[in-house]
Amino acid sequence: MKKILAVDDSASMRQMVGFTLKKAGFDVTEAKDGSEALNLAKQQGFDAVISDVNMPVMDGITLIRELRSLPNYKFTPLLMLTTESGLDKKSEGKAAGATGWIVKPFNPDQLLAVLKKVIR
Amino acid sequence: MSIDLSQFFDVFFEESFEGLDAMEAELLNLEPGKEDSETINTIFRAAHSIKGGSGTFGFVSVSDFTHVLETLLDQIRDGQRTLTAEHVNLLLKSVDCVRGLLGALQAEEEPDLSESNELKARFEAILGGESAEEAEGEPQEDTTQALQSTTYQIDFKPEPHLFKTGNEPLYMFSELAELGQLEVTAFHDGIPDFLEFDPEDCFLHWRFFLTTSKPEQAISEIFEWVEDDADIKIEACGGLFEDDTNTTEEINTSEAADLPDSSAVAEVSAPEIKAEASPKADENIAAVQKKVESAKNTKKSADSTATSIRVGIDKVDSLINMVGELVITQAMLSQIGDQEITESSIAALQEGLTQLAHNTRDLQENVMRIRMLPISFVFSRFPRLVRDTSQKLNKQVELKLVGEQTELDKTVMEKLSDPMVHLVRNSLDHGLETPEERIANGKDPVGTVTLNAFHQGGNIVIEIMDDGKGLDTEKIRSKAITNGLISESDDLSVEEVNELIFMPGFSTADSVSDISGRGVGMDVVRRNIQALNGSVEVTSKQGVGSTFTIRLPLTLAILDGQLVQVATHTYIIPLISIVESLQIDISKVSKVGKGLEVLRLRDEYIPILRLYDIFSHQGAREELDKTLLVVVESDNYKIGLLVDDLLAQQQVVIKSLEANYQKVDGISGATILGDGTVSLIIDISGLIKLSGLRRPGSTELLVDLKGEEAEPV
Repeated sequence: MKKILAVDDSASMRQMVGFTLKKAGFDVTEAKDGSEALNLAKQQGFDAVISDVNMPVMDGITLIRELRSLPNYKFTPLLMLTTESGLDKKSEGKAAGATGWIVKPFNPDQLLAVLKKVIR
Repeated sequence: MSIDLSQFFDVFFEESFEGLDAMEAELLNLEPGKEDSETINTIFRAAHSIKGGSGTFGFVSVSDFTHVLETLLDQIRDGQRTLTAEHVNLLLKSVDCVRGLLGALQAEEEPDLSESNELKARFEAILGGESAEEAEGEPQEDTTQALQSTTYQIDFKPEPHLFKTGNEPLYMFSELAELGQLEVTAFHDGIPDFLEFDPEDCFLHWRFFLTTSKPEQAISEIFEWVEDDADIKIEACGGLFEDDTNTTEEINTSEAADLPDSSAVAEVSAPEIKAEASPKADENIAAVQKKVESAKNTKKSADSTATSIRVGIDKVDSLINMVGELVITQAMLSQIGDQEITESSIAALQEGLTQLAHNTRDLQENVMRIRMLPISFVFSRFPRLVRDTSQKLNKQVELKLVGEQTELDKTVMEKLSDPMVHLVRNSLDHGLETPEERIANGKDPVGTVTLNAFHQGGNIVIEIMDDGKGLDTEKIRSKAITNGLISESDDLSVEEVNELIFMPGFSTADSVSDISGRGVGMDVVRRNIQALNGSVEVTSKQGVGSTFTIRLPLTLAILDGQLVQVATHTYIIPLISIVESLQIDISKVSKVGKGLEVLRLRDEYIPILRLYDIFSHQGAREELDKTLLVVVESDNYKIGLLVDDLLAQQQVVIKSLEANYQKVDGISGATILGDGTVSLIIDISGLIKLSGLRRPGSTELLVDLKGEEAEPV
């Protein structure tokens, strides 16, 4: 079972993402900010990370940069969740090592469709 | 996959309300020109989360509105726009507005959009109509999709570092294949010699021929994430029309002729794909609507007051730990129970029971801790209140919050809010002077209101202090005389006069203002607090300020009680109100008017209430020297309760008498004792009222013999 780390400071989004991915047959771990996610990612391996950008403590861009610099996450798909008004964040995320982005708001089907690009 | 989004609604509402509270608090911290980026960031994040969530869960009214909020905040955050006081006011209004929208949605009502539309228009005016344009220019589904299939040649030559972006070319290719008929050629001419070969790099490149009815955009979307990491060329190299009259598209006939098979496939698949594509969105909307409707039906009587609390994981962990201990003790006891009873097993049994008592008490304390929340939940609404009120009154006020982390039972907290709002409003309106008056009196033009909370014994104490003009004793006195509360001849101390403001029907405000004094008097405040077993007092010094002190028990659910025996009945007296218990020295008992007995105890006279008399029990001991007197204190007055005997002290769980039977004067509740009998808990202040000891409309007990010698019996 592929393991996905879902990072969002909003509990409802986290639950929605987590629930959707679990139903699609993924093993999902949730984290509420970048720093918690980074610790989890260091302790266990994940096949993909989906992270919100705007979060307290450590934002998504920093998380992606940190993750990409870890040997275990060299090739791992790292996706960021952005809103359309945050599109300028895309290039920043890209520079930090993000694999791609998912536009918020999204529904469960859209999430899975996008995720299919990098993990199956 | 169909996922019922409504299951996430509760969490969404809860966190959104929390987000709004955070926004409000941070907005109040903002001073235009002096804003720090972290504060702006926190506000932005809250708005952003609410927008994201509401968009995801289909609450369009909220997401549309928060979008403009977010845009403005984003500009401020990026330094494109400077924050003004107008922005702050508008944002605060928006917080209220969003709260209203969410509240309506939570109650499954149609939200009223008039306010949000008005505010939105004002935001758009600030943003210079940008967001309106943006909304129009939002990505629209390509409706010009022609009913034709086109063949594209796609050259995909990734940079060596492609794998390190986390992208997987194979998945992209299979997505391409889903668009239509795909032909792939891989080129491996770029693979270097073995020595130079880096296994982590990508040296392959590919060429595809894709025949699809989807627009070119669908193809570029697949490569969207690797645009900068690869050389990608997408060229339309031909196609077949399904509509023969349409000849605008450039056609390479030779290419098209080369692909006779694919055209046949495309003809079949194109209408299918289209048919699938557009109704899908409608279906989704319909599904969401259906869900919302079904949710409406099932939760018609949804109680919006059914709330939840957030509990720190450490509290839950310690609970689990306690329960674990309890289970171990239970196992130990049942093991002893299985054995034959011997002397040593009895000792072990006793030890086990002690441990059980210990465990239960720990567990109880920890469960109570779960209900305890920091008082900042109540305090947090005051910065806004003070800001708005002081603006209305043209007063300059600084609000200080002290002891915000003091914990208090959630139920008590909820009921505390209204009386506190009243007291704070009162301080702002009547207590603090205008800046001019303050300057004239040599004070700082900015008045201070301090909210201070701390624990004292089993109580929480909340002080509401202002450095205003203090209570006008003379005015209160003359008003009380006019209202007939006291008579001209009454000689009252300053404290006693100040107490009068808590009397029903008392208001010194010269005119009833919008802020306070709208008919709800201090008497209501006192009554509400007394209903929580608490008390409220005022101390004041003219020209210096006033302090209102609220004292409340930490919890309403459990009480330390003293069990007493009256005839054959067991009553419980709250331990906290007991001053002392003593045997009566008959020589010090005097009789005053109406046959009331008082005991001279040191320098005080304590009225004696015979509980058996009040509760009409037969067979109690009546001789004063054979009984015990429990001296209790309530509202600063001491009385003695005559009981037959003192029994154990124990914690009792309060059960509401009103909920299970009806309100009984002099009784605050009931509990169930260890032997299963029901025991009533005595309400001291209710008892005083019941006994007729207090003159109606007076704060004095009928017996107040301070400094005056009573007749000996």
